[in-house]
Amino acid sequence: MNLLWLQSGGCGGCTMSLLCAESPDLPATLEGVGIRLLWHPSLSEETGAEALSLLEQAAAGAAGLDLFCVEGAMLRGPNGSGRFHLMAGTDTPMTHWVQRLAARARYTVAVGTCAAFGGITAGGPNPTDACGLQFDGSHAGGLLGVDYRSAEGLPVINVAGCPTHPNWVTETLMSLALGELGQADLDELNRPRMFADHLVHHGCPRNEFYEFKASAEHASELGCMMEHLGCLGTQAHADCNTRLWNGDGSCTRGGYACINCTAPEFEEPGHVFQQTPKIAGIPIGLPTDMPRAWFVALASLSKAATPERLRRNAAADHIQVPPTVHKPKPR
Amino acid sequence: MTRLVLGPFNRVEGDLDVRLEVRDGQVAEAWVNSPLYRGFEQILHGKAPTDALVIAPRICGICSVSQSVAAARALADAAGAGMPRNGELATNLILACENLADHITHFYLFFMPDFAREVYAAEPWYGEVEPRFRATTGSAARAAIAARAQLLHLMGTLAGKWPHTLSLHPAGSTKPVQVQERLRLLAILGAFRRFLEQHTFGDRLEAVAGLDSADVLADWAGARRGSGFHLPLFLGVADVLGLERLGRATDRFMSYGALASGGEPLFARGCWHRGPLPLDLSAVAEDPSHSWMQGSRALHPSGGTTVPDADKPGAYSWCKAPRLAGEPVEVGALARQLMDGHPLVRDLVERGGGNVRSRVVARLLESARLVIAMEDWVRAMRPGEPFCGRLRLPSDGVGVGLVEAARGSLGHWVEIRHGRILNYQIIAPTTWNFSPRDANGTPGPLEQALVGAPVRPGEHTPVAAQHIVRSFDPCMVCTVH
Repeated sequence: MNLLWLQSGGCGGCTMSLLCAESPDLPATLEGVGIRLLWHPSLSEETGAEALSLLEQAAAGAAGLDLFCVEGAMLRGPNGSGRFHLMAGTDTPMTHWVQRLAARARYTVAVGTCAAFGGITAGGPNPTDACGLQFDGSHAGGLLGVDYRSAEGLPVINVAGCPTHPNWVTETLMSLALGELGQADLDELNRPRMFADHLVHHGCPRNEFYEFKASAEHASELGCMMEHLGCLGTQAHADCNTRLWNGDGSCTRGGYACINCTAPEFEEPGHVFQQTPKIAGIPIGLPTDMPRAWFVALASLSKAATPERLRRNAAADHIQVPPTVHKPKPR
Repeated sequence: MTRLVLGPFNRVEGDLDVRLEVRDGQVAEAWVNSPLYRGFEQILHGKAPTDALVIAPRICGICSVSQSVAAARALADAAGAGMPRNGELATNLILACENLADHITHFYLFFMPDFAREVYAAEPWYGEVEPRFRATTGSAARAAIAARAQLLHLMGTLAGKWPHTLSLHPAGSTKPVQVQERLRLLAILGAFRRFLEQHTFGDRLEAVAGLDSADVLADWAGARRGSGFHLPLFLGVADVLGLERLGRATDRFMSYGALASGGEPLFARGCWHRGPLPLDLSAVAEDPSHSWMQGSRALHPSGGTTVPDADKPGAYSWCKAPRLAGEPVEVGALARQLMDGHPLVRDLVERGGGNVRSRVVARLLESARLVIAMEDWVRAMRPGEPFCGRLRLPSDGVGVGLVEAARGSLGHWVEIRHGRILNYQIIAPTTWNFSPRDANGTPGPLEQALVGAPVRPGEHTPVAAQHIVRSFDPCMVCTVH
C-alpha cells in the first residue's frame, strides 16, 4: 500500500513522535504490513520538482493513493484564500492540494489534533482560520465537509493527540492495511475506538491518591492533580497510562496535568491550564460518567478516610511514609 | 539567466521554498521564503502567562523542549524565580537530550541521504555511502532511528513524553527523579554513548571532544578511512566534494550561551565577527520590511509586533529579518562551539568560516560533548532533594527567556499586564539563519550562503543548494510560528 503524508498548520511533532515507535521500529512496522512511503516531507529523498511530480501523479489518480495522512491544521485564511500556507514551490494553497488528494485516497487519516479538529493552531482568536480535515473544533464539517467519504467509504479517521502516540498512528495504519477498520471501530468523533474507548485515568500511578482525594497542590508533588492542578485524566479519551510514552512516561507520570489533548477544542478549555476551576470548592469537571451527587458524597467521605501515608505523600516529592510491611501472624 | 523554484523543500522541519537566479552555472541570487504562518504571538495575546507553557512548545515538534524552556525562563525572569539544583540539572538534561536527538536526526535522516542520490553514483565513495544513507532504507539511518528512540526514553522518565512535555516549570521540574530512575537515566545514556562510539565516530567520545585542530581532525579521519564509521565517512566525502568551500554565509555568529548549572554555562555566550565580541542583547531587532507583516521599522522584540499583512508590496516571506546591531548573524552548533572557544571549531572557522562541512562537524562534535556533560548531570542529581520551587508571578512585569536550541539562539520576550499576556514575541534560530532581506537590502545568512553554489546542467533542484540549505538544519515551523 502506498502512503502519502503531508504537513500543514502544525508543528511536525506527530512525525517526530512517530519516529519514536519501538518494538518494532517505524520502518519495520510499516514494512511488516506492506506499507510503502510514496512521499513524506521529513523522510523521503525526493525534493522540489521530483516531489511535485509525485504529488501531481497522486492527485491526478495516476499513482495509487491508498493511505493519505495529513498532519497539521487546514489554514483557510486570510479571507478564505488559504494563503497562510501555500505549498512550497507551487503558489497553491495547501487546502487545495489536500482537497484534490483526499478525493483520490482510499483512506484519509488526520494525524494529530490539529489535522483532526484544528487543535492548538485554532487557539486564541484563531488567526489563520484553522480547522480540521472534517471537523471545525467539535463541529462536523471542517475543510472536506460532513459528507466526505474516502474511496473505501470511510470518513476522515481522526488519530487525535498533541502529539499522537507513535503506536496510535502505526496501529491505525496497520488496521487499515489489513482491511480491519470500519465505521463501527470509530467513536462519534471518528477516533479509532481501540485508543479512544479508554481514559487517561486508567493506569495512572496516582490512582490511590485519587481514591482518597489526597491531592497535590504544587508542581512536583506526588498526589492526585485533579482537585487543584487542572488534570483532566478522568475525562480524556486515550490510553496514555496503560500504553506509556518514550519508554515509561506519560503526562501524569511526568508530574503534570493531562490537558485532554485528544479532544476537540482542548486548546481553549475556558480556564487557565493546570488550574482546576471550582464552584464552592468542588471541581466543575467531573470524572466521566460519574453522577455529581455521588461524586461529592464519595469525595467528602474518602477525604475523611484518607490514610496518613497518602495525606503526607501527596504533598511531598518523594515517598515520606512507606506502606506498612505486614508480618505474617506468629503461628 | 534562469530562475529556479525549489519546493517543496523536504527533509527540513516544516515548509520551505527557495528561489534562485542562476547565471553561468552558479547561483547569482537567492530568496528564501517560509510559506507557512500560524500566528502564535496572536494566540498567546490575552492568555494567562502560565498558559504559554502549554502553547509555546507546540510551536515546534522538533524543538518543543527548547520552546518550553524559553517560555519557562521568560516567566521565571518576570517572577524573579530561581530553581533548586535538581531542577536545573533536570532542565539541562531534557534540553540537552532534545538537542542531541535533533543533531542525530539531522545527520542521519535529513542531511546525509543527499549523498546517496543517483547524481553521485559514479563517485568512488558512493558504494560505501549509498547502502548506509539512502533515504528511508539506509542501514545507518535505520540504526540511528532505533538509537534515537531509545535515547528519548530519557524524556519518558524525566519529562513524561516528547515532544510537548509540561514538566519544564519556571521554578524547576515537575518530575522528581527517584533513586531507581536516576540509575535508568545513566543506563540510557550509556547505550547512546555506545551508539555514537561504535557507529558514528569509531572512537571514545572524550577523544572526539579532544580533537583540537583541523589538521588533527584530518589525521583522525584519515586513520579511519574505509572503516565505515559515519563521521570519517562524511569527512572523506566532504574532501572529495570540497564541502568546506560550499555555503559560506556572513561569518558573523551568535550564541546566547547554553546549559548553565550553578551560574556557569556549559557553552559560553557571545558573538563573533573576525573574533570574539561581547553580546549586546539590546542590539537585537526584527526588521519586517520584506515580510508579510505590518510595519516597516526594525523593532526590539520587547516592543515588537507580529501582525500579518498578506498583500504587502515587496514582501516575499512570512519570516521577519532579525538583525544584531543591524547585521545578519548565523546561529547554531557551529556558532555555539565557536563562542565556547572549542579549538577545533575556532580553527575550522578561521580557515574557512561557516560552511557545509564545518556546520556538520560542529554538530557531531557537540553531540559528543553533550553526552559527556549529561552523564555528569545525572551523577550530580540528588533524589530526595527538591526538584521544583514555587512560582509567584507578578500581575505586571516583563521577562526574557533565552535558550540555545539545537539550531541556535531562541528568545522569548513577554510582557504581562493585569495578570495576562499583553505581548509575546519569539525569535527562533532559523528566523536568524533563513531571514529575508532587511530594509538595506542585505540578504539573510542562507540567502548569502547560496550565492556561488554550482548548478549542474539540467538540474531543477541543484544538489549543491540542497547540501547548503540542509547544512543549517533549518526548522521552518519555528522560523515563523
